[in-house]
Amino acid sequence: MTNEFLPPGLALQKADERIMTLNVGPQHPGSGHMRIIVQIDGDYIVACDPDPGYVHRGEEKMAEYRNYITNIPHLERPVIHDSCNVLYPYVLGVEDLLGIEVPERAKYVRVICSELNRCIYTMYWLAIYGIFLGHSTMFMWPAGDRELLIDLMEKISGARVTHAHFVPGGVRNDLPPNFEEVCLRQVNYFEKRIREYAAVFYDNPILISRTQDTGVLSREDAIRLGVTGSVLRASGVDYDLRKKEPYDVYEELDVHSNVMKEGDSYARSKIPWLDMLESCNIIKQALEKMPKSGSVRVKLKPNPKGKGLNSVYKRVESGRGSLGCHIVSDGKVEPYRLKLSVGSFRNLIALPYLLKGEKLGNMPSVYWSLNYWPVEADR
Amino acid sequence: MMSTNTEQVTIEEKPAEEKPAEEKPAAKPVAKPAAKPVAKPAAKPVAKPAAKPVELPAFEKNISDKIVEKFGDKIVVSFVKENRVGINVDKENVHDVAKFIRDELNYDHVESVSGVDYPQDKEIEVVYHIGSYSDSSLASQLIVLATRAEREENPIPGKDATKLPTLRDIFYSVEFHEREVFEMFGVYFTGHPDNRRLLLPEDWADLPPLRKDFAIKGR
Repeated sequence: MTNEFLPPGLALQKADERIMTLNVGPQHPGSGHMRIIVQIDGDYIVACDPDPGYVHRGEEKMAEYRNYITNIPHLERPVIHDSCNVLYPYVLGVEDLLGIEVPERAKYVRVICSELNRCIYTMYWLAIYGIFLGHSTMFMWPAGDRELLIDLMEKISGARVTHAHFVPGGVRNDLPPNFEEVCLRQVNYFEKRIREYAAVFYDNPILISRTQDTGVLSREDAIRLGVTGSVLRASGVDYDLRKKEPYDVYEELDVHSNVMKEGDSYARSKIPWLDMLESCNIIKQALEKMPKSGSVRVKLKPNPKGKGLNSVYKRVESGRGSLGCHIVSDGKVEPYRLKLSVGSFRNLIALPYLLKGEKLGNMPSVYWSLNYWPVEADR
Repeated sequence: MMSTNTEQVTIEEKPAEEKPAEEKPAAKPVAKPAAKPVAKPAAKPVAKPAAKPVELPAFEKNISDKIVEKFGDKIVVSFVKENRVGINVDKENVHDVAKFIRDELNYDHVESVSGVDYPQDKEIEVVYHIGSYSDSSLASQLIVLATRAEREENPIPGKDATKLPTLRDIFYSVEFHEREVFEMFGVYFTGHPDNRRLLLPEDWADLPPLRKDFAIKGR
């Protein structure tokens, strides 16, 4: 029997005395909900084969059985901490199919929610990244500080984690009274707080010695592998969809995209932190420019449907890079086909590439620096 | 583990050139997947850009013109929208078109590969969304390259006629995407070095789950 269709890890291999095959995960906390099959020679990784799929939930199949509105709550499940961003391209796509123009104030509310969610997600990721490098302070601080922003999102949407706040035609509810002042105060404090992380984490010589020059991804390879988000920008490619293909009101805001040239684990872990500072900046601009009153939602008919056979591909910049949603509609109330192209799945291809030749002890730092979210990759 | 599969690279490449391209209607319309079995919608072509020359965005039109100029009637421009150019091509020519897109038009990576099942046409469409990082003028552009594979009622993934040439030798970034389409739709990519399962359980023995005839229980 050939190895052609055997699952990974079961395929017969010519064994070398020196090479040991090691399954990291799916229960290992350092791998997330996935398995990484590594072959090691002594302490060095010679080959690596990621095996995702342990949290595959068939979101795309489910979407074909629900109408455009009832798809909203389950489509944000892949990344509950970034639920606004993961829903964003879907909502933009449905609006494109229906030909709806969204009120100006709703666009600003969406941008604020999306940036808050990006910070909430990145803080969660940073906490995990910290603890896997053995830095417990960096676990406790972000896990505590993200509560500030979760409270803000709770004020906006009523839910702490899965908001289901974006709907085709705008957002579900208007901002609560007095929100602007509270938000500005909290975001200012949050910004001051995360600046302190530099001293304890990013300028820490222990972190630098563990992550600098490990898992280097060159600019050419980053382009060839088609990675996205912080992984791409850490390798010196200036590509941020908020600037390159601005959606909603991003073109009216001054967005700075953070780029580093090194392409190592350190750069990949620093870019999301810089992005959070940029998010604070964007939130403050949006609060200032937002129309102070007005509608936030266009009323839709109960079961919206597109016109004839049509397809649309919308993408946004999420916490893990470009997140695209391809909707094929055939004029019914459900999508004919819905495909999420997520940043985690696209960055996964870099993992075997980066781990080859690394020491096994560097695996957590390289793996978590990819900003990889297994549940999102599996969908 | 990855090196063991390389011998399947040249399984079947022959029949590509023998058939004249006219055998299949090259101007394949995006058939409407509504369930009613009306007469084949071959008479209804996709809204071609020539049909309504009103508000086509100039930059995107320029890109689609370059592709049309090179390949003529081997391709069909399915739509030209802001930032998106849709190209339909049959599977004999998809490799050449993708190579042209990479080498001459400076596109360098694939963002997304989606399969779409059309049981009433007995075809499965595979849609590549191709973008560019290195050329900043193309940063917001995507080429939507769609091709179609034969669909079998009783699929034996990898062993039946549902096959397409892989684009992995042109765009390295399709590697995992094509593996996903293989397991979810049963489209085997000839020449892909690593056609294994990715997300599904190891003992999955049912239909490819994203095909339309795989129904969710209770629905």
